[in-house]
Amino acid sequence: MLHFELVTPEKLLRSEEVHMVVVPGTEGDFGVLEGHAPFMSTVRDGIISIYRSQGGTPETVAIKSGFAEVNAKGLTILAEHAG
Amino acid sequence: MASLKALKIRIGSVKSTQKITKAMKMVAAAKLRRAQEAAQNGRPYAERLEQVMASLAGRISGVGASPLLAGTGKDQVHLIVVATSERGLAGAFNTNIVRAARRKADELTAQGKTVKFYLAGKKGRVLKRFYPTAILADHEMGAIKKLTFDDARVVADDVIARYLNGEFDVAHLFYSRFVSALVQEPTGIQIVPVPLAPKTGANKVESTSGGAVTEYEPDEETILADLLPRNVAIQIFRALLENAASEQGSRMNAMENATKNAGDMIKRLSIQYNRARQAAITTELVEIISGAEAL
Repeated sequence: MLHFELVTPEKLLRSEEVHMVVVPGTEGDFGVLEGHAPFMSTVRDGIISIYRSQGGTPETVAIKSGFAEVNAKGLTILAEHAG
Repeated sequence: MASLKALKIRIGSVKSTQKITKAMKMVAAAKLRRAQEAAQNGRPYAERLEQVMASLAGRISGVGASPLLAGTGKDQVHLIVVATSERGLAGAFNTNIVRAARRKADELTAQGKTVKFYLAGKKGRVLKRFYPTAILADHEMGAIKKLTFDDARVVADDVIARYLNGEFDVAHLFYSRFVSALVQEPTGIQIVPVPLAPKTGANKVESTSGGAVTEYEPDEETILADLLPRNVAIQIFRALLENAASEQGSRMNAMENATKNAGDMIKRLSIQYNRARQAAITTELVEIISGAEAL
């Protein structure tokens, strides 16, 4: 499972294990699964899709002014606004 | 000696003052809890952003970096952002922040630098008296009920715009750090250019990425340029949150003391009142007895 965190300045919104997250990166959408290579990207204002299980329907969260980091610990999205 | 009636009125007035300070103390205590929570909730974002910034800054050479990181190359004009509260009656809370800011300003002036002020919060306006010509801006925050990141962003954007405009070279931020409900510490930090400790921070982050090379999209410098203003905003946001918690803590203490003092005063006045009452009774008795004896 992928450890996924969604953080805004006001709150730690999500910190959970998920299957996959699709993020609207500035240079194109990208999906992050477990074991993704270390990666940093700025994020367009848009919608991230959180897949809890393979083939399931995604949960969507709109974010603004975001930034994504993937490291060995998982995926962290820093967004100024989310929800 | 004051008359009985005057004393009674005085006791009544001190009592109602005590009621007010007691209520204010309880309100401050309730607000403190909320403010503390908000300050805590803001921590994860700031921590993670700091990590990312540190790892990025470690990879970027100083040349060609954003002016927010590299500075203007000068160190002449200093901007002091003073974050204060909107309301008084919080003990020495605002005084302490303003005093710390003034000390810094005097120190800089003694070194031949130019100092300008940016006021965030109404209670910083006392600085206008000391430095009437150095106030760059006076940011009104009275309408804010619950502090959000956007409120800090407004201040940060303004500060950054002025920086890029060449209005100052270095910016400091003065606020009160929340240590505990009893202790608040006036603190000054540098916010522009963004101070980074690249070496230790970068090593720490490198180890979490498991030694693999991190890919950047777009390149490191673009990401950093995007994150730098955000870092300034988050610093200001944190300062404002800590300030809010400190303000309530300080007010709680001040009101607690005021309530205690009012209690002491009521006790003293009551004794005085009772003495005066007894004296009056004694006088009356003496009059009656001597009147009876005369018959």
